Amino acid sequence: MASVSVCQYRPGGFSFENCKRNALLEADINKLGFSSPAARKTGTTICGVVYKDGVVLGADTRATEGMVVADKNCSKIHYISPNIYCCGAGTAADTEMTTQIISSNLELHSLSTGRLPRVTTANRMLKQMLFRYQGYIGAALVLGGVDCNGPHLYSIYPHGSTDKLPYVTMGSGSLAAMAVFEDRYRPNMEEEEAKRLVRDAIAAGIFNDLGSGSNIDLCVITKGNVDYLRPHDMANKKGVRTGSYRYKHGTTGVLTKAVTPLNLEVVEESVQTMDTS
Amino acid sequence: IVSTFNNYNDLYPDWTQREVSTGTTIMAVEFEGGVVIGADSRTTTGAYIANRVTDKLTPIHERIFCCRSGSAADTQAIADAVTYQLGFHSIELDEAPLVQTAASLFREMCYRYREELMAGIIVAGWDPRRGGQVYTVPVGGMMTRQPVSVGGSGSSYIYGYVDSNYRAGMSKEECLKFTAEALTLAMERDGSSGGVVRLAVISEQGVERQVILGNQLPKFSTV
Repeated sequence: MASVSVCQYRPGGFSFENCKRNALLEADINKLGFSSPAARKTGTTICGVVYKDGVVLGADTRATEGMVVADKNCSKIHYISPNIYCCGAGTAADTEMTTQIISSNLELHSLSTGRLPRVTTANRMLKQMLFRYQGYIGAALVLGGVDCNGPHLYSIYPHGSTDKLPYVTMGSGSLAAMAVFEDRYRPNMEEEEAKRLVRDAIAAGIFNDLGSGSNIDLCVITKGNVDYLRPHDMANKKGVRTGSYRYKHGTTGVLTKAVTPLNLEVVEESVQTMDTS
Repeated sequence: IVSTFNNYNDLYPDWTQREVSTGTTIMAVEFEGGVVIGADSRTTTGAYIANRVTDKLTPIHERIFCCRSGSAADTQAIADAVTYQLGFHSIELDEAPLVQTAASLFREMCYRYREELMAGIIVAGWDPRRGGQVYTVPVGGMMTRQPVSVGGSGSSYIYGYVDSNYRAGMSKEECLKFTAEALTLAMERDGSSGGVVRLAVISEQGVERQVILGNQLPKFSTV
Protein backbone atom coordinates (compact mmCIF):
# COMPACT_ATOMS: atom_id res chain seq x y z
CA MET A 1 0.00 0.00 0.00
CA ALA A 2 1.54 3.33 -1.02
CA SER A 3 2.09 5.61 1.93
CA VAL A 4 1.27 9.28 1.50
CA SER A 5 2.89 10.30 4.78
CA VAL A 6 5.93 12.55 5.00
CA CYS A 7 7.12 10.56 8.03
CA GLN A 8 9.30 7.63 7.06
CA TYR A 9 8.42 4.56 9.08
CA ARG A 10 11.62 3.20 10.56
CA PRO A 11 11.58 -0.57 10.98
CA GLY A 12 12.70 -1.76 14.40
CA GLY A 13 11.01 1.00 16.35
CA PHE A 14 12.39 4.19 17.85
CA SER A 15 15.84 3.91 19.41
CA PHE A 16 15.80 5.23 22.92
CA GLU A 17 19.62 5.04 23.17
CA ASN A 18 19.95 8.81 23.03
CA CYS A 19 17.70 9.14 26.07
CA LYS A 20 20.19 7.12 28.12
CA ARG A 21 23.04 9.20 26.71
CA ASN A 22 21.24 12.43 27.60
CA ALA A 23 20.67 11.22 31.15
CA LEU A 24 24.38 10.39 31.50
CA LEU A 25 25.43 13.77 30.07
CA GLU A 26 23.04 15.53 32.41
CA ALA A 27 24.59 13.72 35.38
CA ASP A 28 28.12 14.61 34.20
CA ILE A 29 27.25 18.27 33.74
CA ASN A 30 25.67 18.43 37.16
CA LYS A 31 28.83 16.92 38.69
CA LEU A 32 30.85 19.85 37.27
CA GLY A 33 28.43 22.26 38.91
CA PHE A 34 26.69 23.50 35.76
CA SER A 35 23.10 22.98 34.75
CA SER A 36 22.03 22.01 31.26
CA PRO A 37 19.92 24.61 29.41
CA ALA A 38 16.24 24.17 30.09
CA ALA A 39 14.05 23.48 27.09
CA ARG A 40 11.81 26.42 26.30
CA LYS A 41 8.36 25.51 27.59
CA THR A 42 5.08 27.18 26.99
CA GLY A 43 4.01 27.21 30.66
CA THR A 44 0.61 27.94 29.41
CA THR A 45 -3.12 28.22 29.56
CA ILE A 46 -4.94 26.77 26.57
CA CYS A 47 -8.58 25.82 26.32
CA GLY A 48 -11.40 25.05 23.97
CA VAL A 49 -15.18 24.98 24.03
CA VAL A 50 -17.85 23.55 21.72
CA TYR A 51 -20.75 25.95 21.13
CA LYS A 52 -23.83 26.05 18.94
CA ASP A 53 -22.16 26.66 15.57
CA GLY A 54 -18.64 25.31 16.13
CA VAL A 55 -15.65 25.52 18.47
CA VAL A 56 -13.76 28.36 20.11
CA LEU A 57 -10.08 27.78 20.95
CA GLY A 58 -8.15 30.10 23.25
CA ALA A 59 -4.54 30.52 24.39
CA ASP A 60 -2.29 32.93 26.26
CA THR A 61 0.91 34.17 24.57
CA ARG A 62 3.74 33.71 27.08
CA ALA A 63 6.67 31.36 26.41
CA THR A 64 9.03 30.75 29.35
CA GLU A 65 12.58 29.46 29.67
CA GLY A 66 12.85 28.51 33.32
CA MET A 67 11.69 31.59 35.25
CA VAL A 68 12.36 34.05 32.40
CA VAL A 69 9.84 35.03 29.74
CA ALA A 70 11.45 34.09 26.44
CA ASP A 71 8.66 35.34 24.18
CA LYS A 72 5.98 37.81 25.27
CA ASN A 73 3.80 37.25 22.25
CA CYS A 74 4.18 33.75 20.88
CA SER A 75 1.43 32.08 18.90
CA LYS A 76 0.14 28.89 20.49
CA ILE A 77 -2.80 28.21 18.20
CA HIS A 78 -1.40 26.22 15.30
CA TYR A 79 -2.89 25.57 11.88
CA ILE A 80 -3.63 21.93 11.09
CA SER A 81 -6.00 22.28 8.14
CA PRO A 82 -8.45 24.95 6.91
CA ASN A 83 -11.12 23.62 9.28
CA ILE A 84 -8.94 22.33 12.15
CA TYR A 85 -6.70 24.23 14.57
CA CYS A 86 -4.65 22.99 17.53
CA CYS A 87 -3.47 24.75 20.71
CA GLY A 88 -0.21 23.45 22.16
CA ALA A 89 1.19 23.39 25.70
CA GLY A 90 4.41 21.81 26.92
CA THR A 91 7.76 21.98 25.14
CA ALA A 92 7.46 24.73 22.49
CA ALA A 93 9.55 22.90 19.87
CA ASP A 94 7.59 19.68 20.33
CA THR A 95 4.17 21.30 19.90
CA GLU A 96 5.36 23.32 16.89
CA MET A 97 6.95 20.38 15.04
CA THR A 98 4.26 17.83 15.94
CA THR A 99 1.46 20.06 14.68
CA GLN A 100 3.41 20.86 11.50
CA ILE A 101 4.10 17.19 10.76
CA ILE A 102 0.48 16.18 11.26
CA SER A 103 -0.70 19.21 9.26
CA SER A 104 1.50 18.16 6.37
CA ASN A 105 0.42 14.51 6.49
CA LEU A 106 -3.22 15.54 6.81
CA GLU A 107 -2.99 17.71 3.70
CA LEU A 108 -1.58 14.78 1.71
CA HIS A 109 -4.28 12.52 3.14
CA SER A 110 -6.95 15.08 2.22
CA LEU A 111 -5.68 15.26 -1.37
CA SER A 112 -5.66 11.48 -1.51
CA THR A 113 -9.24 11.09 -0.24
CA GLY A 114 -10.53 14.19 -2.02
CA ARG A 115 -12.36 15.26 1.13
CA LEU A 116 -12.07 17.91 3.81
CA PRO A 117 -10.09 16.34 6.70
CA ARG A 118 -11.94 15.24 9.82
CA VAL A 119 -10.97 16.20 13.35
CA THR A 120 -11.00 12.56 14.41
CA THR A 121 -8.37 11.78 11.75
CA ALA A 122 -6.07 14.49 13.09
CA ASN A 123 -6.68 13.11 16.59
CA ARG A 124 -5.75 9.56 15.52
CA MET A 125 -2.56 10.73 13.81
CA LEU A 126 -1.49 12.83 16.79
CA LYS A 127 -2.19 10.17 19.41
CA GLN A 128 -0.47 7.42 17.44
CA MET A 129 2.65 9.57 16.99
CA LEU A 130 2.80 10.65 20.63
CA PHE A 131 2.26 7.07 21.85
CA ARG A 132 5.08 5.88 19.60
CA TYR A 133 7.43 8.28 21.38
CA GLN A 134 6.20 7.11 24.80
CA GLY A 135 5.79 10.59 26.28
CA TYR A 136 9.26 11.86 25.34
CA ILE A 137 7.63 14.37 22.99
CA GLY A 138 6.26 16.83 25.56
CA ALA A 139 3.26 18.05 23.63
CA ALA A 140 -0.12 18.49 25.34
CA LEU A 141 -2.66 19.65 22.77
CA VAL A 142 -6.19 20.95 22.51
CA LEU A 143 -7.46 20.01 19.05
CA GLY A 144 -10.62 21.56 17.69
CA GLY A 145 -12.40 21.90 14.38
CA VAL A 146 -15.57 21.54 12.36
CA ASP A 147 -16.07 18.84 9.76
CA CYS A 148 -18.91 17.04 7.97
CA ASN A 149 -19.98 15.48 11.29
CA GLY A 150 -20.16 18.76 13.19
CA PRO A 151 -17.90 20.49 15.71
CA HIS A 152 -15.40 18.37 17.66
CA LEU A 153 -12.96 19.06 20.49
CA TYR A 154 -10.21 16.75 21.79
CA SER A 155 -7.54 17.01 24.48
CA ILE A 156 -4.36 15.06 23.74
CA TYR A 157 -1.76 14.21 26.38
CA PRO A 158 1.99 13.66 25.82
CA HIS A 159 1.76 9.90 26.37
CA GLY A 160 -0.87 9.55 23.68
CA SER A 161 -4.19 9.37 25.52
CA THR A 162 -7.06 11.53 24.27
CA ASP A 163 -10.41 12.68 25.59
CA LYS A 164 -13.33 13.90 23.50
CA LEU A 165 -15.21 16.50 25.53
CA PRO A 166 -17.37 19.63 25.16
CA TYR A 167 -14.84 21.76 27.04
CA VAL A 168 -11.15 21.18 27.82
CA THR A 169 -8.21 23.04 29.33
CA MET A 170 -4.49 22.22 29.32
CA GLY A 171 -1.24 23.70 30.56
CA SER A 172 -0.02 25.02 33.89
CA GLY A 173 -2.99 27.39 34.08
CA SER A 174 -5.52 24.67 33.27
CA LEU A 175 -6.89 24.48 36.82
CA ALA A 176 -7.72 28.18 36.84
CA ALA A 177 -9.32 27.97 33.39
CA MET A 178 -11.25 24.80 34.24
CA ALA A 179 -12.72 26.52 37.30
CA VAL A 180 -14.22 29.17 35.01
CA PHE A 181 -15.56 26.54 32.61
CA GLU A 182 -17.10 24.38 35.33
CA ASP A 183 -18.91 27.45 36.65
CA ARG A 184 -20.26 28.94 33.43
CA TYR A 185 -20.29 26.36 30.64
CA ARG A 186 -23.66 25.53 29.09
CA PRO A 187 -24.32 23.36 26.03
CA ASN A 188 -25.26 25.18 22.78
CA MET A 189 -24.04 28.65 23.73
CA GLU A 190 -24.14 31.56 21.30
CA GLU A 191 -20.89 32.71 19.70
CA GLU A 192 -20.46 35.87 21.78
CA GLU A 193 -21.07 34.03 25.03
CA ALA A 194 -18.65 31.25 24.05
CA LYS A 195 -15.94 33.79 23.14
CA ARG A 196 -16.49 35.61 26.44
CA LEU A 197 -16.25 32.33 28.34
CA VAL A 198 -12.99 31.30 26.65
CA ARG A 199 -11.56 34.79 27.09
CA ASP A 200 -12.37 34.71 30.80
CA ALA A 201 -10.94 31.21 31.22
CA ILE A 202 -7.62 32.23 29.63
CA ALA A 203 -7.64 35.44 31.67
CA ALA A 204 -8.04 33.35 34.84
CA GLY A 205 -4.95 31.39 33.77
CA ILE A 206 -2.99 34.54 32.91
CA PHE A 207 -3.66 36.33 36.17
CA ASN A 208 -3.47 33.36 38.54
CA ASP A 209 -0.68 31.25 37.00
CA LEU A 210 2.90 32.43 36.84
CA GLY A 211 3.64 30.39 33.73
CA SER A 212 0.94 32.12 31.66
CA GLY A 213 0.70 35.76 30.70
CA SER A 214 0.54 38.52 28.11
CA ASN A 215 -2.32 38.52 25.61
CA ILE A 216 -5.28 36.29 24.81
CA ASP A 217 -5.53 34.72 21.36
CA LEU A 218 -8.82 33.28 20.18
CA CYS A 219 -9.71 31.10 17.22
CA VAL A 220 -13.39 30.69 16.30
CA ILE A 221 -14.04 27.81 13.89
CA THR A 222 -17.42 27.36 12.26
CA LYS A 223 -18.58 25.48 9.19
CA GLY A 224 -16.81 27.12 6.29
CA ASN A 225 -15.20 29.96 8.26
CA VAL A 226 -12.34 30.54 10.69
CA ASP A 227 -11.77 33.76 12.69
CA TYR A 228 -8.18 33.81 13.92
CA LEU A 229 -8.27 36.64 16.47
CA ARG A 230 -4.68 37.42 17.37
CA PRO A 231 -4.68 39.27 19.66
CA HIS A 232 -8.26 39.14 20.80
CA ASP A 233 -7.54 40.84 24.09
CA MET A 234 -4.36 42.65 25.11
CA ALA A 235 -4.79 41.94 28.79
CA ASN A 236 -1.26 43.02 29.68
CA LYS A 237 -0.33 46.17 27.77
CA LYS A 238 3.09 47.53 28.73
CA GLY A 239 2.63 50.57 30.95
CA VAL A 240 3.67 54.09 29.88
CA ARG A 241 6.44 55.64 31.96
CA THR A 242 5.20 58.75 33.76
CA GLY A 243 8.63 60.42 33.86
CA SER A 244 11.57 60.67 31.44
CA TYR A 245 15.27 60.04 32.06
CA ARG A 246 16.42 62.11 29.07
CA TYR A 247 18.79 64.83 30.20
CA LYS A 248 19.21 68.13 28.32
CA HIS A 249 22.50 68.83 26.51
CA GLY A 250 24.85 70.62 28.89
CA THR A 251 23.54 68.94 32.07
CA THR A 252 26.96 67.39 32.61
CA GLY A 253 29.70 69.98 32.30
CA VAL A 254 32.70 69.05 30.04
CA LEU A 255 36.08 69.79 31.67
CA THR A 256 38.57 68.63 28.98
CA LYS A 257 38.30 67.23 25.47
CA ALA A 258 41.02 65.25 23.57
CA VAL A 259 40.46 64.16 19.94
CA THR A 260 42.78 61.52 18.34
CA PRO A 261 42.09 60.84 14.64
CA LEU A 262 42.80 57.22 13.66
CA ASN A 263 44.62 56.78 10.32
CA LEU A 264 42.69 54.02 8.58
CA GLU A 265 43.47 53.28 4.94
CA VAL A 266 41.22 51.14 2.77
CA VAL A 267 43.22 47.98 1.97
CA GLU A 268 40.67 45.97 0.03
CA GLU A 269 37.14 46.66 -1.09
CA SER A 270 34.82 44.06 -2.52
CA VAL A 271 31.14 44.37 -3.30
CA GLN A 272 28.83 41.36 -3.34
CA THR A 273 25.32 42.04 -4.54
CA MET A 274 22.57 40.21 -2.66
CA ASP A 275 19.83 38.53 -4.62
CA THR A 276 16.81 40.31 -3.27
CA SER A 277 14.35 39.06 -5.85
CA ILE B 1 13.54 13.51 33.15
CA VAL B 2 12.64 17.15 32.43
CA SER B 3 11.72 18.85 35.69
CA THR B 4 9.20 21.67 35.60
CA PHE B 5 9.27 24.75 37.74
CA ASN B 6 6.30 23.78 39.83
CA ASN B 7 6.78 20.19 40.80
CA TYR B 8 6.58 20.64 44.57
CA ASN B 9 2.82 20.85 44.31
CA ASP B 10 1.08 17.53 43.83
CA LEU B 11 -2.24 19.23 43.00
CA TYR B 12 -0.81 20.67 39.79
CA PRO B 13 -1.56 18.66 36.66
CA ASP B 14 2.05 17.94 35.86
CA TRP B 15 1.69 15.83 32.78
CA THR B 16 5.39 15.91 32.00
CA GLN B 17 6.07 13.88 35.12
CA ARG B 18 2.87 11.93 35.71
CA GLU B 19 1.17 9.85 33.13
CA VAL B 20 -2.57 10.07 32.71
CA SER B 21 -4.04 7.00 34.39
CA THR B 22 -7.49 5.57 34.63
CA GLY B 23 -7.14 4.81 38.36
CA THR B 24 -10.39 3.00 38.16
CA THR B 25 -13.02 0.55 39.12
CA ILE B 26 -14.25 -1.75 36.37
CA MET B 27 -16.48 -4.81 36.58
CA ALA B 28 -18.13 -7.41 34.39
CA VAL B 29 -20.71 -10.13 35.21
CA GLU B 30 -22.00 -13.00 33.09
CA PHE B 31 -25.69 -13.87 33.13
CA GLU B 32 -27.92 -16.20 31.14
CA GLY B 33 -28.10 -14.60 27.71
CA GLY B 34 -25.36 -11.99 28.01
CA VAL B 35 -23.08 -9.87 30.15
CA VAL B 36 -23.36 -6.72 32.24
CA ILE B 37 -20.31 -4.46 32.29
CA GLY B 38 -19.71 -1.34 34.35
CA ALA B 39 -17.09 1.27 35.10
CA ASP B 40 -16.61 4.57 36.93
CA SER B 41 -15.72 7.70 34.95
CA ARG B 42 -12.63 9.26 36.49
CA THR B 43 -9.23 9.81 34.76
CA THR B 44 -6.48 11.34 36.87
CA THR B 45 -3.04 12.94 36.39
CA GLY B 46 -1.60 12.81 39.87
CA ALA B 47 -4.23 14.46 42.06
CA TYR B 48 -6.00 16.36 39.27
CA ILE B 49 -9.00 14.82 37.57
CA ALA B 50 -8.28 15.22 33.87
CA ASN B 51 -11.66 13.86 32.75
CA ARG B 52 -14.60 13.35 35.13
CA VAL B 53 -16.90 11.80 32.52
CA THR B 54 -14.60 9.24 30.87
CA ASP B 55 -16.11 6.33 29.00
CA LYS B 56 -14.00 3.32 29.97
CA LEU B 57 -16.34 0.83 28.28
CA THR B 58 -14.87 0.70 24.79
CA PRO B 59 -16.55 -1.13 21.91
CA ILE B 60 -14.21 -3.56 20.17
CA HIS B 61 -16.85 -5.08 17.95
CA GLU B 62 -20.63 -5.01 17.67
CA ARG B 63 -21.21 -7.28 20.68
CA ILE B 64 -17.77 -7.22 22.31
CA PHE B 65 -16.63 -4.53 24.73
CA CYS B 66 -13.56 -4.01 26.86
CA CYS B 67 -13.25 -2.26 30.23
CA ARG B 68 -10.00 -0.32 30.49
CA SER B 69 -7.88 0.30 33.60
CA GLY B 70 -4.28 1.40 34.04
CA SER B 71 -2.51 3.85 31.77
CA ALA B 72 -4.99 5.77 29.59
CA ALA B 73 -2.54 6.04 26.68
CA ASP B 74 -1.59 2.34 26.77
CA THR B 75 -5.16 1.06 26.99
CA GLN B 76 -6.45 3.41 24.28
CA ALA B 77 -3.63 2.36 21.95
CA ILE B 78 -4.16 -1.36 22.68
CA ALA B 79 -7.94 -1.08 22.23
CA ASP B 80 -7.50 0.73 18.89
CA ALA B 81 -5.07 -1.93 17.68
CA VAL B 82 -7.30 -4.85 18.76
CA THR B 83 -10.39 -3.17 17.23
CA TYR B 84 -8.56 -3.04 13.91
CA GLN B 85 -7.28 -6.62 14.13
CA LEU B 86 -10.67 -8.03 15.18
CA GLY B 87 -12.52 -6.10 12.46
CA PHE B 88 -10.13 -7.46 9.86
CA HIS B 89 -10.47 -11.00 11.24
CA SER B 90 -14.28 -10.74 11.28
CA ILE B 91 -14.35 -9.68 7.62
CA GLU B 92 -12.06 -12.57 6.70
CA LEU B 93 -14.27 -14.99 8.63
CA ASP B 94 -17.50 -13.40 7.35
CA GLU B 95 -18.90 -14.10 10.80
CA ALA B 96 -19.22 -12.39 14.17
CA PRO B 97 -15.94 -12.93 16.05
CA LEU B 98 -15.77 -14.93 19.28
CA VAL B 99 -15.28 -13.09 22.58
CA GLN B 100 -12.43 -15.51 23.24
CA THR B 101 -10.72 -14.32 20.05
CA ALA B 102 -10.90 -10.71 21.19
CA ALA B 103 -9.57 -11.68 24.61
CA SER B 104 -6.74 -13.63 22.97
CA LEU B 105 -5.74 -10.62 20.89
CA PHE B 106 -5.63 -8.47 24.02
CA ARG B 107 -3.59 -11.14 25.79
CA GLU B 108 -1.11 -11.43 22.90
CA MET B 109 -0.41 -7.71 23.01
CA CYS B 110 -0.42 -7.31 26.79
CA TYR B 111 1.90 -10.28 27.30
CA ARG B 112 4.33 -9.52 24.45
CA TYR B 113 4.84 -5.95 25.58
CA ARG B 114 4.33 -6.57 29.28
CA GLU B 115 7.49 -4.63 30.28
CA GLU B 116 6.41 -1.51 28.41
CA LEU B 117 2.68 -1.51 29.17
CA MET B 118 0.53 -0.85 32.19
CA ALA B 119 -2.90 -2.14 31.27
CA GLY B 120 -5.54 -4.12 33.13
CA ILE B 121 -8.38 -5.05 30.79
CA ILE B 122 -11.64 -6.94 31.15
CA VAL B 123 -13.04 -8.23 27.84
CA ALA B 124 -16.76 -9.04 27.83
CA GLY B 125 -19.38 -9.73 25.20
CA TRP B 126 -21.82 -12.10 23.58
CA ASP B 127 -21.26 -14.48 20.71
CA PRO B 128 -23.59 -17.10 19.20
CA ARG B 129 -21.34 -20.04 20.12
CA ARG B 130 -20.86 -19.59 23.87
CA GLY B 131 -23.29 -16.82 24.86
CA GLY B 132 -22.22 -14.20 27.39
CA GLN B 133 -18.58 -14.43 28.47
CA VAL B 134 -16.18 -12.41 30.65
CA TYR B 135 -12.42 -12.75 30.22
CA THR B 136 -9.96 -10.88 32.39
CA VAL B 137 -6.49 -9.81 31.15
CA PRO B 138 -4.75 -8.20 34.13
CA VAL B 139 -1.29 -6.50 34.19
CA GLY B 140 1.30 -9.02 33.04
CA GLY B 141 -0.80 -10.54 30.31
CA MET B 142 -2.55 -13.58 31.79
CA MET B 143 -5.98 -14.39 30.35
CA THR B 144 -8.69 -16.29 32.14
CA ARG B 145 -12.47 -16.63 31.91
CA GLN B 146 -14.46 -15.76 35.04
CA PRO B 147 -18.20 -15.46 35.73
CA VAL B 148 -17.53 -12.20 37.63
CA SER B 149 -14.49 -10.00 37.32
CA VAL B 150 -13.44 -6.72 38.92
CA GLY B 151 -10.42 -4.59 38.12
CA GLY B 152 -8.68 -1.29 38.69
CA SER B 153 -7.45 0.44 41.82
CA GLY B 154 -10.94 0.50 43.36
CA SER B 155 -11.48 -3.22 42.97
CA SER B 156 -9.46 -3.96 46.13
CA TYR B 157 -12.28 -2.46 48.21
CA ILE B 158 -15.05 -4.62 46.79
CA TYR B 159 -13.66 -8.16 46.57
CA GLY B 160 -15.46 -8.99 49.82
CA TYR B 161 -18.73 -7.48 48.59
CA VAL B 162 -18.53 -9.27 45.25
CA ASP B 163 -17.55 -12.65 46.72
CA SER B 164 -20.39 -12.57 49.26
CA ASN B 165 -23.13 -11.14 47.01
CA TYR B 166 -22.56 -12.96 43.71
CA ARG B 167 -24.90 -15.85 42.96
CA ALA B 168 -24.86 -17.97 39.82
CA GLY B 169 -28.02 -17.66 37.72
CA MET B 170 -28.87 -14.01 38.46
CA SER B 171 -31.19 -12.22 36.05
CA LYS B 172 -30.21 -9.21 33.96
CA GLU B 173 -31.83 -6.74 36.39
CA GLU B 174 -30.18 -8.39 39.39
CA CYS B 175 -26.78 -8.21 37.64
CA LEU B 176 -27.30 -4.50 36.88
CA LYS B 177 -28.17 -3.78 40.50
CA PHE B 178 -25.24 -5.88 41.73
CA THR B 179 -22.77 -4.08 39.43
CA ALA B 180 -24.08 -0.60 40.21
CA GLU B 181 -23.90 -1.21 43.94
CA ALA B 182 -20.41 -2.71 43.81
CA LEU B 183 -19.09 0.20 41.73
CA THR B 184 -20.73 2.74 44.03
CA LEU B 185 -19.07 1.20 47.07
CA ALA B 186 -15.67 1.22 45.35
CA MET B 187 -16.08 4.82 44.17
CA GLU B 188 -16.98 5.84 47.69
CA ARG B 189 -13.73 4.51 49.12
CA ASP B 190 -11.18 4.81 46.30
CA GLY B 191 -9.91 8.33 45.62
CA SER B 192 -8.95 7.47 42.05
CA SER B 193 -12.48 6.30 41.20
CA GLY B 194 -15.54 8.49 40.96
CA GLY B 195 -17.83 10.52 38.75
CA VAL B 196 -20.73 8.62 37.21
CA VAL B 197 -21.40 4.90 36.85
CA ARG B 198 -21.51 3.73 33.25
CA LEU B 199 -23.26 0.42 32.59
CA ALA B 200 -23.85 -1.66 29.48
CA VAL B 201 -25.77 -4.87 28.81
CA ILE B 202 -24.55 -6.96 25.89
CA SER B 203 -26.79 -9.75 24.61
CA GLU B 204 -28.09 -11.30 21.43
CA GLN B 205 -30.39 -8.29 20.97
CA GLY B 206 -27.47 -5.87 20.99
CA VAL B 207 -26.05 -3.34 23.44
CA GLU B 208 -28.02 -1.19 25.90
CA ARG B 209 -26.05 1.56 27.63
CA GLN B 210 -26.97 3.54 30.69
CA VAL B 211 -25.47 6.18 32.95
CA ILE B 212 -26.18 6.58 36.66
CA LEU B 213 -25.40 10.15 37.74
CA GLY B 214 -23.92 11.06 41.12
CA ASN B 215 -27.17 11.90 42.85
CA GLN B 216 -28.88 8.77 41.55
CA LEU B 217 -26.29 6.32 42.88
CA PRO B 218 -27.53 3.71 45.38
CA LYS B 219 -27.17 4.85 48.98
CA PHE B 220 -25.56 2.79 51.70
CA SER B 221 -24.81 3.70 55.30
CA THR B 222 -24.60 7.41 56.07
CA VAL B 223 -21.40 7.00 58.08
